[in-house]
Amino acid sequence: MINVQEHTMTASLHHRNPGMASLIPQSSKRDIGQASICLEVQNLNLYYGAKQALRGVNLRIARNLVTAFIGPSGCGKSTLLRCFNRMNDLVDGVRIDGRIVLNGSDINARGVDVAALRRRVGMVFQKPNPFPKSVYENVAYGLRLQGINNRRTLDEVVERSLRGAALWDEVKDRLNDSAMGLSGGQQQRLVIARAIAIEPEVLLLDEPASALDPISTLKIEELIYELKENYTILIVTHNMQQAARVSDYTAFMYLGEMVEYGDTNTLFTNPGKKQTEDYVTGRYG
Amino acid sequence: MTGSAVSVSLIAVIGLLVLMTIRGMGHFWPSDILYTTYQDPHGTSSIIVGEQVDSEEVTAARVRDSGYQTAPGQIYLRRDLIKVGNREAFGQDFLWVWAERMGPVTYPKELLVLERREWGNFYGTLVAVKENGRLVASGDAAWEEVQHRIERAHSLFATIHTIEKDEIGSINYAIDRLRLKERRLVLEGQLTPEAMAALKADRTSYDAKYAVVQKRLSELYADIRRDSITMRMSTGQEQEIPLSKVVRAYRPNTMGFGEKIAFYCSKFWEFVADEPRESNTEGGIFPAIFGTVMMVIVMSILVMPFGVVAAVYLREYAKQGVVTRLVRIAVNNLAGVPSVVYGVFGLGFFVYFLGVRIDQLFFAEALPAPTFGTPGLLWSSIVLALLTLPVVIVATEEGLTRIPRSIREGSLALGATQAETLWRVVLPMAAPGIMTGLILSVARAAGEVAPLMMVGVVKLAPSLPLDSNFPFLHLDRKFMHMGFHIYDVGFQSPNVEAARPLVYATALLLVVVVVVLNLAAIYFRNRLRERYRGAE
Repeated sequence: MINVQEHTMTASLHHRNPGMASLIPQSSKRDIGQASICLEVQNLNLYYGAKQALRGVNLRIARNLVTAFIGPSGCGKSTLLRCFNRMNDLVDGVRIDGRIVLNGSDINARGVDVAALRRRVGMVFQKPNPFPKSVYENVAYGLRLQGINNRRTLDEVVERSLRGAALWDEVKDRLNDSAMGLSGGQQQRLVIARAIAIEPEVLLLDEPASALDPISTLKIEELIYELKENYTILIVTHNMQQAARVSDYTAFMYLGEMVEYGDTNTLFTNPGKKQTEDYVTGRYG
Repeated sequence: MTGSAVSVSLIAVIGLLVLMTIRGMGHFWPSDILYTTYQDPHGTSSIIVGEQVDSEEVTAARVRDSGYQTAPGQIYLRRDLIKVGNREAFGQDFLWVWAERMGPVTYPKELLVLERREWGNFYGTLVAVKENGRLVASGDAAWEEVQHRIERAHSLFATIHTIEKDEIGSINYAIDRLRLKERRLVLEGQLTPEAMAALKADRTSYDAKYAVVQKRLSELYADIRRDSITMRMSTGQEQEIPLSKVVRAYRPNTMGFGEKIAFYCSKFWEFVADEPRESNTEGGIFPAIFGTVMMVIVMSILVMPFGVVAAVYLREYAKQGVVTRLVRIAVNNLAGVPSVVYGVFGLGFFVYFLGVRIDQLFFAEALPAPTFGTPGLLWSSIVLALLTLPVVIVATEEGLTRIPRSIREGSLALGATQAETLWRVVLPMAAPGIMTGLILSVARAAGEVAPLMMVGVVKLAPSLPLDSNFPFLHLDRKFMHMGFHIYDVGFQSPNVEAARPLVYATALLLVVVVVVLNLAAIYFRNRLRERYRGAE
């Protein structure tokens, strides 16, 4: 609790000077330093009815890098992730206060088009959820929603997205087959292709490899590494090795609070908090 | 336990089908014609010619009560039901006879059955063939002669029928439309001299067409009346029968098994594909089959959008709470309302209220003859759509619930609105569920009779609801329905014995139609399921 306090102070410093945020030199190593900020969370509280799921979270996410969220089950990391594309709106009785700023604009502000926001913030879920359509139509879905039906454009985007998701070589001969016939790992990469087809700014990955075998997991991790060139990636994972392998920054959450946040190396090798150390060394969680 | 329950219901179903098949399908088989002497209880003896239809054992005690003397010591007596035909001479088609009073039974080859367009069957022997009253052939040669002359009469009859039904039918229809057009102009006060002249010109041209057709028709009628045959009945009387009145002439006692099968098939085909004759006791039931299928199709088209929209609203848009609970309870209770109540409601609301208003607004020229203000196909379909709406709503809701949340989230996460998600992902995936609802509602609707008797079904419809006259589909017409046909033939028929097998045959066919409609829907559902396999 007390440790979080310090963090909140740093964040509130930026809050006072949002425009200057990236220019302020950091005394603490537990933030993203001078990297360009893509997403900023300011004092976020989230309630499911009477139950509080997120408590005063402050966070700055660096552009074109991978940020991992770790923590025990029920700590609120998925809930936080779902705040970024307002997926929590679908849950009855959710109340949010605090601000989330995506590239300078508050995503919870009045009059924000949620569908437009979700086009900017793509999401991949824990379980692969391709639509029961062909591989091609799955990838083209987001474009068709935007009214793009030109065959040439679609062909191009589908190929580019599938290549981007490292799936093209495996499915190029069966683009018109049902996506339900693909393996779990392929389905998950298809879902990633579907998400990047509409070129979002941020990609949210909610335990993308937890339902996959080790080889598929490896492929997804390699993919994440390639994707960060173009996208800001936020990944929730249970697997600490995975967080260590793929992320640049890591946030450790516990009981709805942001316990520690900083660059992955430091957090894993030299954690600042006892709780973090216990968790990353596997003593609890 | 469960096994025996299943087998009991299976046996019941199979037994029902077998009963209907035996009772109904036997009717089309050309049974042999017997010839025997009979001495009735009053002592008069006569000759009986006909086919045996039924046979039963009666206890002697019961027989004695009715005043018939039996030999002492006798416990059971057999009596046979013989179809003797020749209704105009005997007054009835069927005769119960005591087996013990019959002489030896023979099956003479020369016995001839005439199936006639009116007055039922005629049983007897062929005496002579006449052309315009002049003798052409008699004796053995007559049979040969009759066969090809019947062919000729048939083709003439078919031509006449087509002309009357199609050509004269459409001329009459057009003339009627002209009458309505004139009436509308009068009502609107726009019957100018020019319009009158145009109408008159149209009418003259139709009258001219009609005269041409009428002339051809009278020639054909003269032609068809050319031939006649002389028949001798079992009583020895002779009777002359015009060939134009004969549907079939056959000698069952000379037919081989193959011939009988061919005859059976042609009779059965007539039953399925022809119009009824003789107040529905002869001929086919095609208009009833057509009406049933037509009504079910129109009902499906009506019930699907309403049911699906209602279910989507309840499941996807409405806030789940007391109100939606109440609506759901109401919908489910709607399914339990007796169907006759729907009929009464349909008659009171749709026919007398809505239909009459529609007539006043849009079909004023036809008044006082009602167009929609009278029972008809549209109202029947709507009433059945109401009746089956709960089924579709419940099934669609179930289909919608089964779609995993993750799929909806996947679509929403790509920037789809709720409506887009619904239209592009959820509804296609719920299609099998929706089809299940449709299957159930078709099964229910096709068998429903009670409400239809009030809102559109008749015992004999003059024309089908679908024809070649604009606007082709006549939703205002009354129609025939197999369920009602069964009731009508079975209980309202003047000739109960003749109608009984048709009741079974129609019932069997109704089951077949329902099964076929269901199979069609199931086929579509399975194809949809195939497409969305693995997504649930």
